[in-house]
Amino acid sequence: MVHGREIAYNSKVEGNVILANLDASINWMRTHSLWPMPMGLACCAIELMASGAARFDIARFGAEVMRMSPRQSDVLIVAGTVTYKMALATKRIYEQMPDPKWVIAMGACASSGGMYRSYAVLQGIDRILPVDVYISGCPPRPEALLEGLMRLQQKIMTEKSTMRQKVVEPNLV
Amino acid sequence: MATTTTTIEQPDAYYRVQQAAENAADVPGERLTLNMGPSHPSTHGVLRILLELDGELVTKATPDVGYLHRGDEKIAENMTYNQFVPYTDRLDYLAPLANNVAYACAVEKLMNWEVPPRCAAIRVLCCELARISAHLLGFGAMAMDVGAMSVFLYTFTEREKLYNLFESLTGARFTTSYTRIGGLTRDVPPGWLDEVAAFIKQYKPQIEETDKLLTRNKIFVERNRDVGVITREEAISYGLTGPNVRGSGVDYDVRKVRPYLGYEKYNFDVPVGTVGDCYDRYLCRMEELRQSCRIIEQVLASFPEGPIHVGDTKNYLPKKQKVLTKMEELIHQFILVTEGLKAPAGEVYFGAENPKGELGFYIRSRGGGVPYRLKIRAPSFVNLSILDRLLPGNMMSDVVAILGSLDFVMGECDR
Amino acid sequence: MATPTEAIQSLQSEFAGKVGTAREFRGEHTLEVDRDIIASVATHLRDKLGFDYLADICSVDNMGDEPRYEVVYEFASFSLPHHVRVIAKVSEDEQSLPTISGVYATANWHEREIWDMMGIKFDGHPDLRRILMWEGFPYFPLQRDFPLEGKPSDTPGEAFTRIAPLEGGPFVTAPADHNHDREPRARPPEPV
Repeated sequence: MVHGREIAYNSKVEGNVILANLDASINWMRTHSLWPMPMGLACCAIELMASGAARFDIARFGAEVMRMSPRQSDVLIVAGTVTYKMALATKRIYEQMPDPKWVIAMGACASSGGMYRSYAVLQGIDRILPVDVYISGCPPRPEALLEGLMRLQQKIMTEKSTMRQKVVEPNLV
Repeated sequence: MATTTTTIEQPDAYYRVQQAAENAADVPGERLTLNMGPSHPSTHGVLRILLELDGELVTKATPDVGYLHRGDEKIAENMTYNQFVPYTDRLDYLAPLANNVAYACAVEKLMNWEVPPRCAAIRVLCCELARISAHLLGFGAMAMDVGAMSVFLYTFTEREKLYNLFESLTGARFTTSYTRIGGLTRDVPPGWLDEVAAFIKQYKPQIEETDKLLTRNKIFVERNRDVGVITREEAISYGLTGPNVRGSGVDYDVRKVRPYLGYEKYNFDVPVGTVGDCYDRYLCRMEELRQSCRIIEQVLASFPEGPIHVGDTKNYLPKKQKVLTKMEELIHQFILVTEGLKAPAGEVYFGAENPKGELGFYIRSRGGGVPYRLKIRAPSFVNLSILDRLLPGNMMSDVVAILGSLDFVMGECDR
Repeated sequence: MATPTEAIQSLQSEFAGKVGTAREFRGEHTLEVDRDIIASVATHLRDKLGFDYLADICSVDNMGDEPRYEVVYEFASFSLPHHVRVIAKVSEDEQSLPTISGVYATANWHEREIWDMMGIKFDGHPDLRRILMWEGFPYFPLQRDFPLEGKPSDTPGEAFTRIAPLEGGPFVTAPADHNHDREPRARPPEPV
């Protein structure tokens, strides 16, 4: 892996030594073992569970266990409508996750409030958390969730971890 | 050597729970307040329970709901009756078709419409398939919570087969929005009825397989027997419905007491428990799966032909060919989509037997296409109200079993 | 077990002078009663007439009418298909009603929801606090003058609310009496 591109490797030719970028190796390790913290709030949680079940196995993509504890997970999948009552609890859970962490907003309600334009629904989880991948659908099919996970994996492969990163805090609207 | 015999008194479950609660009051020591927060590892959604524990014994429990309150009732005051159908999907999101049917029946009662027999038969099929789907997830999650992980995956495999059926019928695996006021979106596709028959045929042995895994499983029985006992009087007073009240010995099934959609034509039994503990509620749900298969077979055997919607063209969308060629139908379509159907002024209450209990809609109309007030009587909201009476006196690990057996959905509870 | 018509007659004779006229719509019988006697009406229905199932309590805001609020009780039975609706009207000045949570335990949470959503207090309720919104939310959302998009509020440490962007978008239809605002070419409302 050089600069995010995959190259072929033949152990008989090259022995058991691989030369790679440090960033590339770190990203490769992170990409292929993203353990999700499912924030299953509403109907999208059922499709999240279905994508973890036998038919659309999410463990193939590295998301081996759905860790229910934020302290042990990498990616927060916000699945379902986030109400104002739940918003600060979600933010608290996000803050408990150790770095590096990513957020997937699954479904229309988490991305933008969905069809619930009302007094009680936060219009999109990106008002309080930085979101990496938005998945549309109401609810998105498990294939869509897997596509979103793969997009996140591509995004992580382009990160520069060993260089200093500027942290951007979202404005609380 | 002389043998002595002693009689051991084994009081019933309810008495034991009462004694434990009374004894807990005498034990000195500090109480621990534990927040079983809105995000917890059961798959039951966002419910928060504040538990006061004395060691392992729960002394006080305060449920805190509303973390999924989305304002459905206020939204309904701004939507026409047909525009509100997708919101009903998301109420009990484990059985969306059942909610669609209940809402459509409620508005049709207001309009004083009688749907044709074919539409009623398709709706009954949808309700029963949704019941199978919801109960599968209900005790799949309950089994997973008390430790039987494989059952969860087996039930999800069956649900995927059901999702295939729903997808070929309605276009969506889930959140189907299939009914319209006065009929359905589209007729069954060719071959769908045979697919349903094939599913039921291969599903009946699967019920027995799940039965074998759980019903006489020593661990499952020990965790659920005599836990969370709801007496008959309490169940009646707290207004519980569905398998929760039937587990406590009350023979109340809306399909038998106030039949709708032609349920009086079909033969089926209603399982009723005796003790009212978690195990009884589980057994009720298990038996309801078999009865649902029975109803589906009867529906398929006597499936009628005919139209699938009431013929009222002023209040139901006319056929598309006519809309595109004739003036009158074009105007009807325009008015129906923008203003909604002309409901009479008045009020109705309609309750349907959903998998979770009795889902009721109270509609107050002042005429026009938009309801003045729509109240959703959610079974999970009422079922959860018994928690602060039910949890104290049980151990901490029983809390999980009780929550699983009550089988609530927060989307419905909070609306 | 009394049928609905017998139940209505029994209530009218038992509480004469404090009940209104009965009406029937789509096979359902409704009776209006005065707000003070609602607890005795509930007890009478449960003990003497056999309606042991309180299906629902609903609140309706008739803004502009006097009395402003109505509280609708649905009484039914677990064994027979009988159903009676009792309506108590509550005016805006004394926005309260006696509780029936002593008669039916299920009324506890229904009344808490009505307090939360509509702002009607229930005298004698053991634990009247908000159930769907949080303590500290300053408004009552289902009242007719509260907008659908909400109003901004802040309860520090608990929750905050902001206005949802409606912009007259595709998900909003005007309510029953405002059709002509939403669609300018629609028929104007018929003169009453």
